[in-house]
Formats: sequence, C-alpha cells, structure tokens
Amino acid sequence: MLTIENLHAQVEGRTILKGIDLDIKAGEVHAIMGPNGSGKSTLSSLVAGNEDYEITQGKILLNGKDLADLNAEERAHEGIFLSFQYPVEIPGVSVTNFIKTAINAIRKAKGLGDYPAGELLKKIREKAKLLDIESKFLSRSLNEGFSGGEKKRNEIFQMAMVEPTLAILDETDSGLDIDALKIVANGVNKLRADDNAILVITHYQRLLEYIVPDFVHVLFDGKIVKSGTKELAIELEAKGYDWIKELA
Amino acid sequence: MEFKEKLLSSHFTLDENIEIFESVQQIRAEALKVFEKKGFPSKKEESWKYTSLQGLIRSDYAIFPKAEKTIKISKVKKYFLYDTDTYKVVFIDGVYNPFLSDTTHDGLDVCLMSAALTKPKYQKLIDTYFDQIAPQEESLTALNTSYAREGAYIYIPKSVVAEKPIEIIHFASGDETALWLQPRNLIVLDQNAQCQIIEKHQSLGDHPVVTNNVTEIFLHKDAFLDYYKLQNDLPTASLIDNTYISQEQNSHASVHTFSFGGKLVRNNLNFYHKGQHVLSTLKGVTILEDKQHVDHSTLVHHAHPNCESHQDYKGIYSERSEGVFNGKILVDKIAQKTNAFQQSNNILIDDKATINTKPQLEIFADDVKCSHGCTIGQLDEEALFYLRTRGIPKKEAKGLLTYAFANNVLQSVQLPSLKKRINQQIANKLGVNLGFEI
Repeated sequence: MLTIENLHAQVEGRTILKGIDLDIKAGEVHAIMGPNGSGKSTLSSLVAGNEDYEITQGKILLNGKDLADLNAEERAHEGIFLSFQYPVEIPGVSVTNFIKTAINAIRKAKGLGDYPAGELLKKIREKAKLLDIESKFLSRSLNEGFSGGEKKRNEIFQMAMVEPTLAILDETDSGLDIDALKIVANGVNKLRADDNAILVITHYQRLLEYIVPDFVHVLFDGKIVKSGTKELAIELEAKGYDWIKELA
Repeated sequence: MEFKEKLLSSHFTLDENIEIFESVQQIRAEALKVFEKKGFPSKKEESWKYTSLQGLIRSDYAIFPKAEKTIKISKVKKYFLYDTDTYKVVFIDGVYNPFLSDTTHDGLDVCLMSAALTKPKYQKLIDTYFDQIAPQEESLTALNTSYAREGAYIYIPKSVVAEKPIEIIHFASGDETALWLQPRNLIVLDQNAQCQIIEKHQSLGDHPVVTNNVTEIFLHKDAFLDYYKLQNDLPTASLIDNTYISQEQNSHASVHTFSFGGKLVRNNLNFYHKGQHVLSTLKGVTILEDKQHVDHSTLVHHAHPNCESHQDYKGIYSERSEGVFNGKILVDKIAQKTNAFQQSNNILIDDKATINTKPQLEIFADDVKCSHGCTIGQLDEEALFYLRTRGIPKKEAKGLLTYAFANNVLQSVQLPSLKKRINQQIANKLGVNLGFEI
C-alpha cells in the first residue's frame, strides 16, 4: 500500500531524512520508534503532504502512485489520514461542522454527492460513543480549549469518521492518561481491516501494548537502523535508545 | 453650482408642508451656519485622512424626494427580519411608508421624527434631547441637523422592556435620479428601559445614493440598548452614519456593526459616559471585496469612574477593498478605575487590499486598565495544513478559516433569528457551505 524508497528530505536547508525505505502492505500495522529529533514527525508530515518539507531524493508511493504530484487535500482524497501530534485550535468552527465539511470534501473529490445529513449524524453519534465523546463536545469549537487527551481523542474520532486507507498516528499517546489511552487504542483497533494500514509513530512502547504492531522500525538520525517485530519495541523500552546509536 | 451651494440655497424650501417647532428651527439655522463655514470634510483633517468624500460630492443629487414611492412587500421582504415579529419604521427615499411600517404608541413610542418635531405633546422631549449629544462642530452632523425633519423616533418609558425588536429601514428606490438622504433619528430609553434595534439602509436601484444619517441615543440610569447596524448595500450606495450615545449610570449600550457592502461607508460611533458603572460594547465584522471602502471611527469618552468599554472589530479584505479602523478612547482625569479594551484584527486576502488601523488612547487618569491591540495578517498556515489533510481543498479551507475568524463576533448577538441570518451572510460572502449544529 505505502512504499517509501530511499527517501531524503530537508527543511529550511537542513537534511532530516537520509534514505528511508519502508513497505507497508494492506492489513498491516507498522510502528516507527525513535528518540526525539530522529525524523519521525518529518516523515509523517511528508507523507501527509506538508509543503514545508522538501524531498531531495527518493519517493513515496501510495498503491503505486507517486505522491509527489499530489497536494495535502488530494492525498486525503486518496485515503491518507494524519492524526496530528499537536492538533490546531480553530475557534468558530464546531467539531461537527468540521467533520461534515471534511467528509463531503472527500466525497466531492470522488464525484459523490453530500453524505445524507441524517445518516451522517447517526454515524457521528456511533463513533462518538466508540471514543467516549459526549455530544456536548461535538458542538464546541474545534480543539479550542480542549485538554491534550481531548485533542487526541478528537483526532481518532475524525479518523473513525473518515475511515482512511492509510492512517498515520503521530505521537497519539502523548498527553493521554491510561484510561484515555485504552479508549483511543480501542478506537484504532476497531478500524483495523484487511484493506487498510496503520503507521504508528511513537517515542514510547506503551501505546504498542494496546495497538499491537506487525512490524517495528527504529528511526535514528534520518535512517531506519533496525526493523523487527513487536518484541523490538519491548527491547527498546527495556534498554533505551543508546544502544541504537551504536548501530547507526 | 457646487453641491454645497445647492444645499445652502435649497434650505429655505425645507419646511414647505410642515410646522417644525420654533426652537428646532433655530437649532437648524445655527447648524446650517456651521456647515456653511466648514463645508465637507477633506483628507487634510486627521479624522478623514484615510477616507475621501471627494468622489461622492457631486452636484446632481436630489435633496428632496419627489413623489411618494411605493414598493411591493414581496420585493423587499428579504430585507426584513421576516421570521420574527417586530416593530417597523420604514422609509422610502426619506419619506415614511405606512404600508411597510408597523409603529406603536402602546406603552412605548415607535414612530416618526416628523411627528416628534411638530406635535406639541413632544415639544418638551424634543427640547430636552434634540441635538443635545451630537457635537455642534461636526460639519456633516451639522448638515444633517440643518435638514432634520424625518427619521425614526423611539421612546421607551421607565422600566418598560420593548417586547419586540424594532427595525428601522431606509430604502432608496434609486430608480430615477441620484439621491442625497439625511435621516435624523432620536432614541430615548428612560430609566431601566430596554430595547433591541436593527438599522438598515438599502438601495434598490442603480442610481447613486448617499445617506448622511444621524442618530442620537439617550440611555438613562440602568437602561439597556442592544443595537445592530446591518450594512450590506449595493455598490452604488454610500453611507455616512453618525451615532451619538449618551449613557447615564449603570446603563449598557451594545452596538454591533456588520459591514458587508456598499461603495463607501463611514461609521462615526460615539459613546459619552454621563455616570458611573456604565458599560459600552462595540463590535464589528467587516467583509469587503471589489473597491469597497469602510471606515470605522469610534470614540468612547470615559468621563466618570468605574466604567467599562469593550471594542472588538474583525475585518476581512479582498481584492482592492479598503478598511479603516480609527478607535479613540478618551479617559478623563476623574475617570479612575476605567476598564477600556480595544481590539482590531484584520485579514488581508489579496495583495491590493488595504487596512489602516489606528488606536488613539488619551488617558488622563492614573488608575485605569486600558488595553488595545491591532493585528493585520494572513491566515495561519498550520491551521490551513490541518484542514487540507482532512481533504478540504485550499480555497475552501481558507474560506472556513476566515469564516471562523469573523464568526467569533457573533457569539454576542442576542437575537437568534438575526444571528442565524448574519451567520449565513458571512458564510455566503466567504464561500463556505454551512453545516448543521447538534
């Protein structure tokens, strides 16, 4: 589904990614772990289409299609979803209206008409329940005054509504207490299917206890220095990142 | 003949079918002298630096409307708050239209200035209030005073709460000739009285119209006024709106100004505190395009201790449109514990759009809290990216963000049907498809 080949990228003249190869197939969950500053968030931003980052070499393919030609919204139309580490506050737009606008924009790009309002409301209620979100919350301004946990839950709620083919969860566990973490993980697990894939980006192993990955990759200094299965995450948790630096 | 000359020489024909109080005639004569001396304001004056009336002052305006016009209700229904029961004072080309109006004398007066300026039972009120808060030296206001004879007259007696909102609507037919209109309005809220007012100037035809409007408002102790100015006129229509509000102790005056259209709009909005614990609220949303020009010139004169004022103006300017915000806060030495807040936030959508924003604080008291802030910017790139990752195309995402920026001011609109309508207007202006609320 997602193929990354020899990806090099820079921001403001600084090289961040120095040759990344990654292959994620439908039905798989991959985790990318790594210390701060290793390039994790750069990678997620690049896949989502952030124009502040420049690809200097290599490419990102989604189902064989080069993403270089697609802007952020077009990638969303292709089924890419990024759960932000720091979701942006947008006063004046309610959560519900935002979701409706997003879903209908994606449908429009696919040549479909608006999602019928009644059905959409039903779906909103259903997914809100899944993530333990109160209806009062849905009429609030998007992310404005939300706690860290509420913001993350709202990201996964959006993901549940959009049902992407490739979801990237960027540090979704940060700011979550254990109960919220379980709710969020449960929400993500409910979305796992044979025809989609999930890329979890995290500093800690904690989230991976609940969203169990098929593969774990360790990113250090812009390169994947080690790949393995979920046991690698446990090893990292026990030993820290120092020994990884030796591998680089 | 220059337009100024025409205004001066036509003045003697003003009262042909009407017996205005002698006292008012004297005030008008004095005012005409002021206008004769000062003429139209020019850009040389500091307060008119960014707004030129040059293009508007032409000689071919009709000053006196010819015949009484009628308009079918179906043609203008959309300009009324038709889903809400309201009192209505409606004028067409400056002439009162009884068919479109719904006035009252039942427990409160919602009627006409021409009645108030002529009928003996109003004489005492007119002598108490007419031209008492409008500054004598303002030339355009003086011009309006000299021609004062028609407009809305509203009196809310002590402890009366007007049950219905009051709509003051000035239509210009615009179908024959260029028009220069000068409505004069007087609004008095006695002690503890309350009312909501919606004011609109709407041109219906292609001929140019300029309205030089003056409204004097008096709030006695504990009164509450909730006032909405809706400015969404045709590109042929210009408005110079002069509002003077006198506030006694514990009164609250709130004015929202929504400027979405018109060729040139100048809002002179002035608050004068006459007692302690007064609250003045000024809010505005300005959304302009094409070559539209809107100038908000506000004054809050804190002349007593323990008063508050809040100003919050948002502007969105596209194409070659021009905005001006000139906010003056005057705090007298005696006005200790004043709390004055002023905010002007602006977004320039296109390179050719401009905004001139100037806070002007003159503070002579030493124990006050005064803050002001102006921002001029583009949209937040990070927020834009966030919306785009959700599949919302860049153009729509920009629309949604500007909508959100403007929509914040609507929180304080007290009339649900009006709020809904303005919300819809803002969304339409910005090309945003509104959803639903749950």
